Amino acid sequence: MLKFLLQRLATLVPTLFFVSVLIFGLQQLLPGDPAIALAGEERDPETIRYLRAKFHLDEPLPVRYWHWASGVLQGDLGESVRIQKPVTDLILEKLPVTIQLATMAMLIALVIGITAGVISAVKKDTWWDYGANVFALWGLSTPNFWLGILLILLFAVELGWLPASGYVSPFEDLKGNLAAMIMPAFVLGNAIAAVLMRHTRSAMLQVLSSDYVRTARAKGLDERVVILKHALRNALIPIITLGALEFGTLLSGAVLTEQVFSIPGFGKLIVDAVFNRDYSVVQGVVLFTATVYVTLNLLADLAYFLVNPRLRV
Amino acid sequence: MKKSLLVLAVCAFASAATAQTLRIGLAEDPDVLDPTMARTFVGRIVFAGLCDKLFDLDEKLNIVPQLATSYKWSADNKSLEIKLRQGVTFHDGEKMDAAAVKYNLERHKNMKGSSRRGELAVVSSVDAVDPQTVRINLAAPFAPLLAVLTDRAGMMVSPKAAEAAGEKFGANPVCSGPFKFVERIAQDRMVLERFPAYWDKGQIHFDRIVYQPIPDATVRLANLRSGQLDFIERVAPSDIPQIRGDSRFKVAKIVEIGYQGITINLAKSDVSQKNPLGKDPRVREAFELSLDRDAIVKVVMEGEAQAGNQWVAPSNQYYGKSARIPKRNVERAKQLLKEAGVPNPSFTLMTPTSSDAQRIAQVVQSMAQEAGFDIKIHSTEFATSLNLADKGQFEAYVLAWSGRADPDGNLHTMLACKGPTNYAGYCKDDVEALINESRTSLDPVRRAAAYDKIAQAVQKDRPIIYLYHRNWLWAHTNKLSGLRTVPDGMVRVQGLKMN
Repeated sequence: MLKFLLQRLATLVPTLFFVSVLIFGLQQLLPGDPAIALAGEERDPETIRYLRAKFHLDEPLPVRYWHWASGVLQGDLGESVRIQKPVTDLILEKLPVTIQLATMAMLIALVIGITAGVISAVKKDTWWDYGANVFALWGLSTPNFWLGILLILLFAVELGWLPASGYVSPFEDLKGNLAAMIMPAFVLGNAIAAVLMRHTRSAMLQVLSSDYVRTARAKGLDERVVILKHALRNALIPIITLGALEFGTLLSGAVLTEQVFSIPGFGKLIVDAVFNRDYSVVQGVVLFTATVYVTLNLLADLAYFLVNPRLRV
Repeated sequence: MKKSLLVLAVCAFASAATAQTLRIGLAEDPDVLDPTMARTFVGRIVFAGLCDKLFDLDEKLNIVPQLATSYKWSADNKSLEIKLRQGVTFHDGEKMDAAAVKYNLERHKNMKGSSRRGELAVVSSVDAVDPQTVRINLAAPFAPLLAVLTDRAGMMVSPKAAEAAGEKFGANPVCSGPFKFVERIAQDRMVLERFPAYWDKGQIHFDRIVYQPIPDATVRLANLRSGQLDFIERVAPSDIPQIRGDSRFKVAKIVEIGYQGITINLAKSDVSQKNPLGKDPRVREAFELSLDRDAIVKVVMEGEAQAGNQWVAPSNQYYGKSARIPKRNVERAKQLLKEAGVPNPSFTLMTPTSSDAQRIAQVVQSMAQEAGFDIKIHSTEFATSLNLADKGQFEAYVLAWSGRADPDGNLHTMLACKGPTNYAGYCKDDVEALINESRTSLDPVRRAAAYDKIAQAVQKDRPIIYLYHRNWLWAHTNKLSGLRTVPDGMVRVQGLKMN
């Protein structure tokens, strides 16, 4: 166990190193001089010179990488040049928002997706099945920003039930927070629900036709027990893997949805930073989300290890 | 005793009843909130609530005192003496006096990374003559100085707070404006709170202002309509009829001091020599004659702009009256192209990805096609387009300028030989001399004459083909009164009231 853990931890270091080089390298491929982008409308040559020096833009790439990486190793992700705030502070500010949005979206997706998937598998080739399939197609093909704006127009402008956009901390006003988050969470969850529904349906169909389900039915078990306890449990394994992947993606920020609903999460932070060539923010946030991703992967591996005795042999 | 309790209770009730928040929707998230470092247009809107300036602009673009009370130029026009308002304090209780003004102007000039250095380049020294008098000494007469002091260069921050915070001042700015800084959550909101010791507090009728950046115009409007916001700036022209049809809201507008135009690469790089527009003035003339500005305004801006052909709008006092807007003339354009020997010139029009700029490119493309032009549109993200422009890697470029109060701010940086944003590579001795004359003369008549001559030269050479001046479009709840529409597009909070 310890050996396995150490082995995995040892691969973590080169992985993160590679990720950091990749983030830094890709950033350099962005066209446009960050100093010019940041210097504002006047683009005063003095300001441009100052910005170049401050961000080591006139030094060779390896030196620039070293400046950044050595800071990161000391826990300093740099500072946003646009708003003069440490990147770490920005991440800590946005992290709770992103986690909340991702969690709410995931819950909505799981409830809708799995329920619809199970119903459509059990009631295969009935109107229930067709209805669930139409729902899934709709969810997959509806652009987030379009659905978002429609929801805003309906629930905020016409009915006045929910705020149109913006974010309130749950510690300030829990009700206000939920009211502000429900629409973006639904928009995000809706798309994932469609994917989950399709996968749940096919996994369930496969399981329902397997021998042990037939045995369970032959034993005279209640159909509800057969479906929920015997079939669904087994069908859920690939769904959980898929859900975890989708959750990871949500954690790295939902750009369009955050933009439409003015939710100050990672997506909005990164997009603004890319357009303004705020390099430290882009690098810091991407490195952070990559680290979270890699760590979650490690934890998942450990969980498999604990759950599946065959791996321990 | 009972009576005084009653009075107290009434007072408490009254203050609770007037405790009001003004919620303003912004089109972008501002950059750093330090007047010395700040670089964005949208940041200036927040500064209007936070930091007072030595001078301000009125609706007619006249320069009026704010932290100053009066000013006097020396006989040689090389120094400006400013009398300061008495009893003004910064948000931290420090005095706003001549020493503070000297500190601020020197900070603008000397601080590393200052964005104000260029605007104040001509300032050689600053003297605090007495606590209420400051003298700004110049290397040469500089007419735009007062106008420069109506913007960020004229904003005064607390020297004590600035010294303590150093480069981090923008994270917690301390000025002397009507509202003081409370908090900022990036991409979410900026909160300001009424400054009780404000010198002009009778004009302030809100307790808090919350600025919320909401980049999508549709969502910004939805927030206004659902009551989450009281005021939104930069409304999409296509939304104006809808707002006008709703009695709960009002629209306010004013022609901007900036412009929208097409910059042509005349001599910025070798590309200009392959550019049919750059090589032959007749091709440029033909291109301009193929354009119908009124139609462009109608199609691109739904009529919410004023057609123009100079760096200031035709309604500006410094508009050169000898260079009027040319009328569209496709036949003459064709003839000019024939004379130039290129009946079907082909070039690439670079445009940022903003919807306005893209629409301009498309309309221009189809209009110029009628005269024989073959235009390819190259849409690229803004920062990339700037970089290409800076390197001269373009033939023609759709580029807007947000505008400055003095015409020099719309002219010098783009058309003076060494102007930092002279992407056209334009440099003519006679125009350069006229630009210098217009900057150094304080006489409005002489300045207007110089601008008139520059306008004629620029209309002939066409380094930039100016197209129009947008309307600043604002929408707000009809309960809001006291709004002043000043062409610089700033939202002045003094006098604003919720009825």
